[in-house]
Amino acid sequence: MMRDETFFHSLTVKENICQGCTHCMKVCPTEAIRITGGKARINYERCVDCGQCMDVCPHSAIIIEQNDLNQIYSYQYRVALIPSVLIGQFEDEISEQQIIGALGEVGFTHIYYSEFGVDILRTLGANISVYADQNPVVSSYCPASVRLIQIRYPNLLPNVNLVRTPAQITALYVRSYLESLGANSKEVGIFYITPCAAKYAQIKTPGSATSGLIQGGLNLDYIFNLIKKQLSSTGKKERLSKLKIEIPPVTKGAFLWSLTKGESSLMQGRTLSVDELHNVIEFLELLEDERSKNFDFLELRACATGCSGGILTPRNRFLATERMKHHAAKLPNDLPQNLKDEIMKTGQHLIRNIKYNRVKPINSLQLDVNTSEAIKKMEKASRIEDVLPGIDCGLCGSPTCKALAEDIVRGLASIRRCLVLKVKDPGGLNHLARIWGEAVGKELNDAPVVTPKEEV
Amino acid sequence: MNKIYQVSSGDFANAGKVSSALKGTLKQLNLDPKDIKRIIVALYEAEVNVVAHSYGGEIECLIDPQVITIIVSDTGPGIPDLKLAMTEGFSTASEEVREMGFGAGMGLINIKNNCDEMSIDTAKDNPTIIKLVFNIAKGDNDA
Repeated sequence: MMRDETFFHSLTVKENICQGCTHCMKVCPTEAIRITGGKARINYERCVDCGQCMDVCPHSAIIIEQNDLNQIYSYQYRVALIPSVLIGQFEDEISEQQIIGALGEVGFTHIYYSEFGVDILRTLGANISVYADQNPVVSSYCPASVRLIQIRYPNLLPNVNLVRTPAQITALYVRSYLESLGANSKEVGIFYITPCAAKYAQIKTPGSATSGLIQGGLNLDYIFNLIKKQLSSTGKKERLSKLKIEIPPVTKGAFLWSLTKGESSLMQGRTLSVDELHNVIEFLELLEDERSKNFDFLELRACATGCSGGILTPRNRFLATERMKHHAAKLPNDLPQNLKDEIMKTGQHLIRNIKYNRVKPINSLQLDVNTSEAIKKMEKASRIEDVLPGIDCGLCGSPTCKALAEDIVRGLASIRRCLVLKVKDPGGLNHLARIWGEAVGKELNDAPVVTPKEEV
Repeated sequence: MNKIYQVSSGDFANAGKVSSALKGTLKQLNLDPKDIKRIIVALYEAEVNVVAHSYGGEIECLIDPQVITIIVSDTGPGIPDLKLAMTEGFSTASEEVREMGFGAGMGLINIKNNCDEMSIDTAKDNPTIIKLVFNIAKGDNDA
């Protein structure tokens, strides 16, 4: 079986804090969470890093691991790739100048908008180029959406755009630009300030689209706190606004790229934007059945309002979106010519590296790798489901009765977990457990597919 | 394993629910995604046919490791001229049905092109029974 051993997941459950309350399990759009031993456990073969579990956790027990800020100091050139949503996190009183200045105070030597890559793409060609083997082209911008396709819609992988995302292109450009100024590539550390779990996971996965291009990720809420701290220290706010800092270049269109419709509005032909993971799932089902073919480009975003709704953004998504639009109104529609010339100097290098390798499908929904066994397990699960109460209470630690039935046939749970049956008919439950297996002590994430137990 | 689904006449709002349900099931069986796709495309067409043209009926899916058989049976009124119905572009769909985006006259052709065997038992004022057979490429081979 194809195991997804190399994929890095950023969401982690802090066991000492987790109360096993089932909020996260209930909200997970891919049913990747189970509660076993009173603690939430994430099945990383199903997780798409959307972060909804983290959002809903009442105890803040789910966290996103990040790189240590100290890591940046081991590089001479410390580049911050900031998403434009960072600007949206602040009230109008705090200027872009102050935000950029504070990042400089933190220790970054070069600051770029990650969406600057959109401007680079527009400089390299008249239109923003996309490349896929099948139409419509599906955006690869949101890594949670790509991961969802990888796990649940393998037929649609050839639709996914292979052109690198703006942040990756920015990283490519910045690196060659700094090298052209005499920097040794090893001295250049590029760090992405991530608004969500999925983008951090993408950076950290070996062999993934950004691995090697970007040295690390820092959580946006953490950076937000550092900036706020800088701005709250006496006199610094005034000093920062007087400081002579270079404001990173970006055009209006690029600045709004990460918002819903930001991407599709810059694309050619008929386009469509879908946001929020449950809508994305609903739409991909239709696309997979070829019932919606008349599109050229599809923008799919896991979060409502786009990246301004990212799990690591502290401010209300609507307020953040509004500030971004307000800010964008003052931005130019085009880059200055001297910057375009600078980009064209590295044009050939960028074009050569503009695509990345197609991601491979991951099959984690199957009941067994062997089809006959899978059919047997499905029949068995269906019989178990008939016995279960069907109220999807989640007390057993599986999100629905159907999910529990499947966990039982996978050998990952026992029917004894059903508290409704235990209360109603403890004797009958004993009998059922003897028939369908006692499986205990196994965790979902270390045994997704197991040999079937003999049925009595 | 077999699964039976009911299909109501004229319920265009729910046309496609059976193929969606079966798709979910097939994805759990580690079949080749290409096989799943052609099964679902064919089944969807057949399902819409029952909704659009018949008095209602049922869909039975027999799932075996090497072969998937789908029997779509309705309660009439039957196809008077099967040869004509199999002609590309031919459609008896009403204006109302066409306005909903159905009835392009490709249904039966599309079904035939996506399955390995198709047989149709029908006559005017009789039920129509369509049997579709799909040989599953991967079968029992481990991935």
